[in-house]
Amino acid sequence: MIKIYVPLDSAAVALGADEVAEAILSEAQKRDASVQLVRNGSRGMHWLEPLVEVEQEGKRVGFANVDEGDVAALFEADFLTKAEHESCIGEVDEHPFLAKQERLTFARCGIIDPLDIDAYEEHGGLAGLKRAIELNREEIVGDVMLSGLRGRGGAGFPAGIKWKTVSEAEADQKYIVCNADEGDSGTFADRMIMEGDPFCLIEGMAIAGLGVGATKGYIYLRSEYPVALKVLNQAIKIAQENNLLGDNVLGSNQAFDLEVFVGAGAYICGEETSLLDSLEGKRGQVRAKPPLPALEGLFGKPTLVHNVISLCSVPIILAKGGEYYADYGMGKSKGTLAFQLAGNIAQGGLVEKAFGLSLRTLIEDFGGGTRSGRPFRAVQIGGPLGAYLPEDLLDLPMDYETLAEHGAGVGHGGLVVFDDQVNLREQAHYAFEFCAEESCGKCTPCRVGAVRGTEVMERIAKGEDWAQNMVLLDDLCELMVDGSLCAMGGMTPIPVMSAKKHFPDDFEPDQAVRAAE
Amino acid sequence: MTEKLHNIIAPYVGETGGLISAMHAVQAELGYLPEDVLPVAADLFNQTKAEVKGVISFYADFRDQRAGANHVRVCVAESCQSVGSRELVTALEERFALKLGETDLARDLTIEPVYCLGLCSVSPAAEVNGKLVAKADADKIAKRVEA
Ligand SMILES: Cc1cc2nc3c(=O)[nH]c(=O)nc-3n(C[C@H](O)[C@H](O)[C@H](O)COP(=O)(O)O)c2cc1C
Ligand code: SF4
Ligand code: FES
Ligand code: FES
Repeated sequence: MIKIYVPLDSAAVALGADEVAEAILSEAQKRDASVQLVRNGSRGMHWLEPLVEVEQEGKRVGFANVDEGDVAALFEADFLTKAEHESCIGEVDEHPFLAKQERLTFARCGIIDPLDIDAYEEHGGLAGLKRAIELNREEIVGDVMLSGLRGRGGAGFPAGIKWKTVSEAEADQKYIVCNADEGDSGTFADRMIMEGDPFCLIEGMAIAGLGVGATKGYIYLRSEYPVALKVLNQAIKIAQENNLLGDNVLGSNQAFDLEVFVGAGAYICGEETSLLDSLEGKRGQVRAKPPLPALEGLFGKPTLVHNVISLCSVPIILAKGGEYYADYGMGKSKGTLAFQLAGNIAQGGLVEKAFGLSLRTLIEDFGGGTRSGRPFRAVQIGGPLGAYLPEDLLDLPMDYETLAEHGAGVGHGGLVVFDDQVNLREQAHYAFEFCAEESCGKCTPCRVGAVRGTEVMERIAKGEDWAQNMVLLDDLCELMVDGSLCAMGGMTPIPVMSAKKHFPDDFEPDQAVRAAE
Repeated sequence: MTEKLHNIIAPYVGETGGLISAMHAVQAELGYLPEDVLPVAADLFNQTKAEVKGVISFYADFRDQRAGANHVRVCVAESCQSVGSRELVTALEERFALKLGETDLARDLTIEPVYCLGLCSVSPAAEVNGKLVAKADADKIAKRVEA
């Protein structure tokens, strides 16, 4: 029986992986070949998807960009035993894109069958939860503190401090809420790990439950992720059957259970207080802070809200100890980050590396430059509220502090690359449009400011009262930064102002008029 | 209709975030949320009709009119912009003679924008009748629509 892997990851499926899987099964049957098909997660080399892997003599050999129409030819070329077909990329683990990574959180993603709990354990899963069961609450929280883990959802707040607050809060009920709303353009790490290693998230949430004394968890999943929904629901069921979840988590005498809640297409519901209102079945309007969700969160109870990747980093931290994790990274940016290479990039995908490598390394060495082959012009870091940076800042090391010094942020780790065809005035215009579309409407600077912003940008594009409108743009951004209740309105000026600062030519009146024509 | 709606919605009463899950369920069944949903949901969830309407109107997923059986959602967010989604939208609008955001029930066709499908490493992205399409172009999408 030869094992063949065809990813179930959405990126692979969107490039035809389901059809390839079917074709392999039917062709194998026709030829009486004995194969076992595994639907794995993605390795994160998305430009090679669908990437079919065949286990040959204990090694996994890859065949890239397989189309259903290629399957017969693959069998003709004996791809079950030989690494000869032209699409063969050799042993997948040896591929430089993967070999140079430091996969802590994504250690299993793409390697195992996401729903095979035994494989999960064989590949290091459950070690963290088992150790957590041996520890008391202070010790669990202490390890998270020691790890230096900061929230991967965007704000970068130290996880340990949040855990301590929730753990020490007195209440009859506490909650763990996983923020799986992943709305930022250029990001897909949450989706990938939920599809490719769902038990990792379940384990991380169970550890969080033990650590802060919460018995109930929710995963708030965006509705745009149907594959993740299906995998998570199956994984939760298997976890319950195996006592990973339930009244007595792995014999610890402690209860923790979990369910998935599906959002309804609102970007702002990624903001944690909006998310909590939405999870309560209401409009996803942002709440004023304080009170912090850690003290008064879901239904007014202490709630630990974390991004998917934050929670998925917890199992390895507990398995190996906080110090192990803190050994990676630089300065106050400990551990690894799942960088996501997106946009106009030759080798799009996921790169997990310790903090501190440069943007250039990510974009050029890992990403292979632009997909179009045209010159690089800009990269937007950290989603729609992130800065646009030019070529001469590409040598900045990626860590929270350095980027903050340059008016940018790591965000959720997404990099969207643009070639020289981009017009940054248009991108600034879009930032306002997006804010106008997605504002929760609670405060005026954001709700009205975003609409004003689109109007100002239109006038700048047409060269109408250009100089005044450029000043107006600054004033408007200042007002939004100072007056908005949350980062939606408060950070929309970041893409706008960074575009204006680093790419002033695109805003020049004649340029603007030409671009508008 | 009222009884049917009642039967779909009732199981969600008492669930966390039940109103939103109930609206997803109604829409999965009917393809949209008819006016009649307001009194039924208001009654079951013990809210005013205005409150229910407030919730429904907040979320982009909920529609008051059914979409075409051919339902195209094109990603218009930054990553897809960087590899030509603006041009893709224009090409689709011309090809189908329909503006982004519109439905033509006579032709059973809807084209809508979506803000990121999590396929940004293989942009531009679209979804046609529930199926994801990466490295999308107008031909690839049209083929799915006609198929
Ligand atoms: C407009 C807006 C959108 C956000 N979207 C997300 C999101 O999609 N996913 C996420 O994890 N955090 C998002 N956040 C950050 C959350 O508010 C919150 O900081 C995070 O969930 C906390 O988890 P962490 O500490 O693990 O990062 C968003 C914030 C804002 C202001
Ligand atoms: S800044 Fe915008 S999204 Fe945030 S609370 Fe105000 S209106 Fe809502
Ligand atoms: S909350 Fe009213 S203006 Fe900000
Ligand atoms: S921006 Fe289009 S799929 Fe993410």
